[in-house]
Amino acid sequence: MNAIRIEGLTKRYRDVVAVDNLSLSIEEGELFSLLGVNGAGKTTTIKMLSCLTAPTSGDAYLLGKSISKESSAVKSLIAVSPQESAIAPALSVRENLELIAGVHGFNKEKQIAKIKELSELLSMDSVISKKASKLSGGWQRRLSIAMALISEPQILFLDEPTLGLDVIARSELWDIIRSLSGRVTIILTTHYMEEAEALSDRIGIMRDGNLLVCDTTDNIKKSTEANSFEEAFIRIVKGAVK
Amino acid sequence: MKMLTFARRNTRELLRDPLTLFFGLGFPLVLILLLSAIQANVPVPLFEIAHLTPGITVFGLSFMTLFSATVIAKDRKSSLLQRLYTTPLTPVDFILGYTLPIIPIAVAQSAICYGVAIILGLEVTVNILYAILFIIPISLLYISLGLLCGSILTDKQVGGICGALLTNLSAWLSGTWFDLELVGGAFRKIAYALPFVHAVDMERALLSGDLSGIFPHLWWVLGYTAVLLTAAVLLFLRQMKRQ
Repeated sequence: MNAIRIEGLTKRYRDVVAVDNLSLSIEEGELFSLLGVNGAGKTTTIKMLSCLTAPTSGDAYLLGKSISKESSAVKSLIAVSPQESAIAPALSVRENLELIAGVHGFNKEKQIAKIKELSELLSMDSVISKKASKLSGGWQRRLSIAMALISEPQILFLDEPTLGLDVIARSELWDIIRSLSGRVTIILTTHYMEEAEALSDRIGIMRDGNLLVCDTTDNIKKSTEANSFEEAFIRIVKGAVK
Repeated sequence: MKMLTFARRNTRELLRDPLTLFFGLGFPLVLILLLSAIQANVPVPLFEIAHLTPGITVFGLSFMTLFSATVIAKDRKSSLLQRLYTTPLTPVDFILGYTLPIIPIAVAQSAICYGVAIILGLEVTVNILYAILFIIPISLLYISLGLLCGSILTDKQVGGICGALLTNLSAWLSGTWFDLELVGGAFRKIAYALPFVHAVDMERALLSGDLSGIFPHLWWVLGYTAVLLTAAVLLFLRQMKRQ
């Protein structure tokens, strides 16, 4: 079954077309990566799918719910981990998790159970009482993802989750993302080719608001006759292969 | 429940900031003590404790504008608001969640000021309770101004505009530090076209037991609160849609 069905989604800001007539389907449990250079339309696509920005035309259906007409229902199915670590700095790790669980209407017992479960899954026991502002960049990203997961989303949007992290922190986050594979539908945007290649079931490459390619990494490499995925990406984006 | 969870988070965010405690509670007390010391040496009717305290309690509320604007501007900057916009919280939850936590802080600030004023010689009457009660609508005026500024300004701009400009303007135009009748002219007219002096006059009337004297000042305060709150809600919704 399709977790996401996008039909002719377009976002126009005055004279600029940020996303142009995008159509795409993503399967339940799939890890789908959106790649593209800056301004390609990745973040705008995620913002439309997560009901942060209204599309100019077209629509998308998340588990059958329209982002235009049923945004409340869509919001109860999804979670977003934005580009920046969107955490409450003066609160502890536990209080940040309680905040998100609370705004999703979880009762106290469920909050405690979910925090325990996530704390184990993301190995956060050692920092659970620590103030969020005192955490390192890697731990803040981990908390940001935990805050996205605590609402038990069926669709998770990760907008450049490992941006600015060191290689160890990035590898640890990859393990966490891999552990969710199959259970949650994940839409990931990233600038790191190796990240997309290592994690994704399928990849969509965007440029100037258009989806140029949508396939598995192996098929993309094959169709562009490239030796590496990075080379394939460059060929596609530079227009050598359409 | 959802709104209260969000409001609780905002309360924690405010109370864990040492600047909130200093400016919210400490600074008005320093002013009362300082001006009372001046009054003890050089008696000035304006600084008599029964006349001074209502002005200080209203002046102290200008920091509520700073607090509410800062929390919103910081949340916008950190993308926390963006994350929360994708949750089931409604626009009403956001407005109430940012407003409600500041009202008890405003009431506590006012009560502490009156407590110190009593120690300095203010007569204990039931009028003090009325004065503290009517701090609530005045605090809504200042919080609305904060919601408005936080929705359109960055956290750095909030520091300059709400922290410096607005605090000074609301102080000069409130009749707390000098008698507006002495300045007169256009300055007095401008002051009385704005809500700050009306808030102070209303509090002074309440403390002196002149309950009918709260009019028409109460209408000025409520009118400005309604306008500012409406503008704040519209601007908040606008920046929410601009995500």
